[in-house]
Amino acid sequence: MANDLSVRELVRTFGDFTAVDDVTFDVPQGSFFSILGPSGCGKTTLLRMVAGFDEPTSGTIAIRGTDMCGVPPNKRPVNLVFQHLALFPMMNVAENIAFGLKRRGMQSAEISRKTQAILERVDLPGYGDKRINQLSGGQKQRVAIARCLVMEPSVLLLDEPLGALDLKLREQMKVELKKLQAKVGTTFIYITHDQSEALVMSDRIAVMNNGRFEQVGPPRELYSDPHTPFVARFVGENNAWSGTVEEVDTHVRIRTEEGLLFRARSHDAYPAGTRVDLFLRPEALRIEPEGKSLNTFKVTVKTILFDGANSRLLTVTPKNHELLVSLPQNRQFDYIQPGDIITLDWHPDSGLCFEA
Amino acid sequence: MKSGYRLTLWLFLAPVLLWLFLLIVIPHLDLLLMSFRGESGVGNPVWTLQNYKNFFTEPIYWRTFVRTALYAVITTLCTFVLALPVSFYIAKLARPRTRGFLTVLLLLPFWVSELVRVYGWMILLRESGVFNYVLLKMGIIHQPVEMLYNDVTMIMGLVYTSMLFMVVPLISVMESLDDSLIEAAYDLEASKFAILRTIIIPHCKPGITSGAIVVFMLALGNYLTPNLMGGKNSLWFTEQIYNQFIASFNWNQGAAFGFLLLVLSSLIIWTGLKVTRQRLGEVAS
Ligand SMILES: Nc1ncnc2c1ncn2[C@@H]1O[C@H](COP(=O)(O)OP(=O)(O)OP(=O)(O)O)[C@@H](O)[C@H]1O
Ligand SMILES: [Mg+2]
Repeated sequence: MANDLSVRELVRTFGDFTAVDDVTFDVPQGSFFSILGPSGCGKTTLLRMVAGFDEPTSGTIAIRGTDMCGVPPNKRPVNLVFQHLALFPMMNVAENIAFGLKRRGMQSAEISRKTQAILERVDLPGYGDKRINQLSGGQKQRVAIARCLVMEPSVLLLDEPLGALDLKLREQMKVELKKLQAKVGTTFIYITHDQSEALVMSDRIAVMNNGRFEQVGPPRELYSDPHTPFVARFVGENNAWSGTVEEVDTHVRIRTEEGLLFRARSHDAYPAGTRVDLFLRPEALRIEPEGKSLNTFKVTVKTILFDGANSRLLTVTPKNHELLVSLPQNRQFDYIQPGDIITLDWHPDSGLCFEA
Repeated sequence: MKSGYRLTLWLFLAPVLLWLFLLIVIPHLDLLLMSFRGESGVGNPVWTLQNYKNFFTEPIYWRTFVRTALYAVITTLCTFVLALPVSFYIAKLARPRTRGFLTVLLLLPFWVSELVRVYGWMILLRESGVFNYVLLKMGIIHQPVEMLYNDVTMIMGLVYTSMLFMVVPLISVMESLDDSLIEAAYDLEASKFAILRTIIIPHCKPGITSGAIVVFMLALGNYLTPNLMGGKNSLWFTEQIYNQFIASFNWNQGAAFGFLLLVLSSLIIWTGLKVTRQRLGEVAS
């Protein structure tokens, strides 16, 4: 499949600070690509270079195979949905959407037809005459996206467009955005610092940290097989535990600081004596397993963090190391009370360790 | 409690009301009365509309007014065209420290009186002035050129005097313009001119209007600059008023002209607001 966007060895420095550091990636046509990273890691800087508002210090950006070096934003086949939407308050909804088409010099009958069509696409039929300040947050959101989609860009860039919405609406818009993308088939490049947004919507995610891409892959892969400790910490929830490698066979044997011995997985073969960090997902920990294995140990329940399907136990080991454990809401463990001592166990493949 | 509050309110308002009354209402009432007075054939004071009639029957008067109004409009337009890029640069492009410096630079000419400013221009532009000297020395011209006493120079002088009153309101509205709106328009394939026309000017409308009103009124009511830089045959309406008061001692006629200036200029501004579909209340807020 053809790539809509190819970025090669992209660097952007501000003085002696490197905001985007040697980033290379491809986005195939029609896919939903997310860039996930903490605040200040260089996401907006990267996107602004793709949109043409900023020039790279070095490296190349190609859209549909055409090099974009020196091409101004109004000549690039990409459109950007701004972090704060940037709808034009002096125009109504229809005028906002028609803005780009008018600049192209399109016939006004054609413009109004396209405007109607796109408003229906984003489920806002008949909203053309409303003023921007009469819209709700979610509606503004969709107008901003419609205003870009009507231009039929090769690539649609979205800079944390859900950031300003409240939680409930954000959950709803996540699903709607994904559906919309599937419907229109435009390539989306979506920036966010919210890992759940990225995981739900994307075909592929790039995890960014300090200007670099740490790992690029499908959501499931990032979650189940993080390549760096940063990804392990940032994508999904993880318990971290430090220890020392004792022995390596098919798995690594790790002795934690408080003397527990575990078997876990690692990407590299670490020699005995290496200090490592062990990462364990809350849902990898099984409560009161049948049988016994090397990875079985006992903890004390400190509190129950009830959150519906996402409920967890906050537990501590005898040496006061805190661990989060998923608590399935199938009534099996309703008897557990704070202060109880429970047995936990996990499969050696679900614990991953990295050199500390 | 309530009456105490009332009393304080009146106490604070009193100086303002007094000032308004003494300096604006009373003199204007007096002028208004004066403008309707005249002398009968035998020299007795009578009520008459003659002073107003004169304005419309004597072509020199209303032509001067039309000329003055037209030039004031031209001055306003020129000031706007010059002030727009200047204020855009100060509000959007300059770094914060440069911004303060540039604003002070704009204020600086207003430290000296208008008279001194106009004489400054005259020193530069007159036949034996600095410009002529330099141009002669450089061999660009071979004979000194008279650059003063024409309409172009006069308008330039008026624009120079009015600049600040356009730039300040424009800077303040431009500062409230979100940069991302400009970028969004640029991203949606707008050219620089289209951005100016569809985003920047509509956003700045209140500032443009208030700046334009001030500049127009200042130019219309200016006396020094047109008089000194405009030369003998370029009459400004304020000169007519001055002449009536001082030269012909016809205070009644002068008062009538003064009122006509007030009414006609208000009419022009009202038309301007109607044409651009604005209201004075919106502009002031
Ligand atoms: N014009 C600039 N001059 C200097 N430094 C800049 C400039 N723009 C961005 N930076 C720096 O580059 C880094 C990355 O900024 P960027 O806006 O790309 O972050 P981000 O990942 O989008 O963060 P957020 O999630 O908060 O929006 C920041 O540390 C910022 O201070
Ligand atoms: Mg950002």
